Amino acid sequence: MTDFNIYLLLAGAFGLFMAWGIGANDVANAMATSVGSKALTVKKAIIIAAIFEFAGAYLAGGQVTSTIRKGIVDSSYFVSDPDLLIFGMLAALLASGMWLLIASRNGWPVSTTHTIVGAVVGFAAVGVSMEAVNWDRVGTIVLSWVVSPLLAGTISFWIFRSIQRLILDTPQPLHNARKYGPFYIFAVTFILSLLTIKKGLKHLDLDISAGDAFLVAVGMASVIAIVGILLIRRVKVDPEADRDFHYASVERVFAVLMIFTASAMAFAHGSNDVANAVGPVAAVVSTVTNGGVLQESPLPAWVLLLGGGGIVIGLATYGFRVMRTIGEKITALTPSRGFAAELSAASTVVLASFTGLPVSTTHTLVGAVLGVGIARGIAALNMRVVGNIFMSWVVTLPAGAFMAILFFYMLKGMFGS
Amino acid sequence: MPSYLTNLFGRSPIKPLQEHMVKVQACVEQLKPLFEAVIANDQDAVAKVRQKIAQMENDADSLKWELRYHLPTGLFMPVDRRDLLDILMMQDKIANQTKDIAGLILGRRMKLPEKMHKLITKFGKRSIDASSQALKIVKELDELVETGFRGVEVERVQDMISELNAIESDTDKIQVELRDILFELEDDLRPTDVMFTYQLIEGIGKVADLAQRVGSRLQLLLAR
Repeated sequence: MTDFNIYLLLAGAFGLFMAWGIGANDVANAMATSVGSKALTVKKAIIIAAIFEFAGAYLAGGQVTSTIRKGIVDSSYFVSDPDLLIFGMLAALLASGMWLLIASRNGWPVSTTHTIVGAVVGFAAVGVSMEAVNWDRVGTIVLSWVVSPLLAGTISFWIFRSIQRLILDTPQPLHNARKYGPFYIFAVTFILSLLTIKKGLKHLDLDISAGDAFLVAVGMASVIAIVGILLIRRVKVDPEADRDFHYASVERVFAVLMIFTASAMAFAHGSNDVANAVGPVAAVVSTVTNGGVLQESPLPAWVLLLGGGGIVIGLATYGFRVMRTIGEKITALTPSRGFAAELSAASTVVLASFTGLPVSTTHTLVGAVLGVGIARGIAALNMRVVGNIFMSWVVTLPAGAFMAILFFYMLKGMFGS
Repeated sequence: MPSYLTNLFGRSPIKPLQEHMVKVQACVEQLKPLFEAVIANDQDAVAKVRQKIAQMENDADSLKWELRYHLPTGLFMPVDRRDLLDILMMQDKIANQTKDIAGLILGRRMKLPEKMHKLITKFGKRSIDASSQALKIVKELDELVETGFRGVEVERVQDMISELNAIESDTDKIQVELRDILFELEDDLRPTDVMFTYQLIEGIGKVADLAQRVGSRLQLLLAR
């Protein structure tokens, strides 16, 4: 049994390291659109990220964690030898952490999600058996990597068109921005709270009926929308800036709206990326504490807390610097576009989170930005990035898998009987 | 710190295009002191203004090359790359044309008959107006991108383009009038001077013509 405590310790440490890495690097991508469009200062973005990443991981991360924990691998292969699952998941964590470290050192943009999934599939397929991998589920996950940017792009296209229709292309854009802005805030909050209440709070053992969930979501959304109205009222018109660029004051209203979508973005990122990073931790923890592989074991809530906490530490120690650098480079995005992109990316990712699909927040956001571009909203987009995304899959999946296999045999040799 | 997001956003060609047109406009505005110098029959002043125009045309040229250099294929833009380069070319031609006018005046040590003075001043002024209107339209490109080339902003730009067309047809009328005056005076002037004065009139008319073409290129962008 002493070994088991070592496993717990290792899992906790590796998980914390992963979460730290996400906070240090990955969060910056989710928040940089807000910083780049000058809707938020780096400091405000950090505060929002800390709160909502944590909330997202804790309140809405359960499904994705489950997928990594027991959706990709077929548990029945580990019942006789639960140690294999522990070694494998530890190896997956270690491999992902290492690969992400190497990648960010070399300046390769890679996704945590793909690394983790590659690593888990790798150890199970090679270390245990090809049949130990739930290939159908893996297929769905890979498909979701294509679907999520496409969906986000489609949604952002239509959100941007609605912004054009209701606000930008009207004779009184400022008046209309103030008028319709709160409705957008209401919509974001409503969707996120409804999904969270219905799907996310399972592990907190709250029993809420569908009708109650609806009412609570409406209530939440109304309160947040009123906060939005108050903030929008404080937006001052700047005739000087408007003379130079007629939409300067309108963009200020969108900058306020972006505070809300940035929060949604952080929540979405926490619910998916953090959750899939701590998935292996959850697998180890439940195997150790239950003394074996159980098909239906509850997700220990402290694992999600660990992920949320790690992110906050990552943000505080390193993430703010990355956020500033990335933010400075994407000033081409004005708040109205950033708003449309974030709103759709956040919705898409949260939807994926509740379906238990680990997707890449950054890729989804790229899809969303392209959607706005297709609506002729952005001056110049580099289409080569789309090719790079495909390239990164081709590299990341085998890299994660290979390293996980390596660490798997190492751990097996060290601790295995 | 590279990331997909930082790589995703290309350099916007809009600002450089506008800066180029600002330079072109500064160049065209030199027509005013140029014609003043011609009317005053001050060859030194003409030479000085021409020097200034040549310098500005040169500046505009380097802006043009820089923009071309930074406009790689594979950029996804709300405006067609070809259309954008066409607008740039038209803008550049305005500056070239201005330089040609100055060169012609200096080279021929041109004097203008007194009867033409008033109208040639007006001609110059309206040509500057045309180019300035084109600049105003190009400056709306930010707003057009902001609105996604739709709605009220498009109508505003359409109106500005109509205004530009009106200015251009105004210069056409002045051009006809100037030719009539010159025709009346023809017999009293040196034939070669007459020839080149016709050429000058035509050359000035071309400035507004090119400005109008900048406008109509931009109209194509709206229609897409």
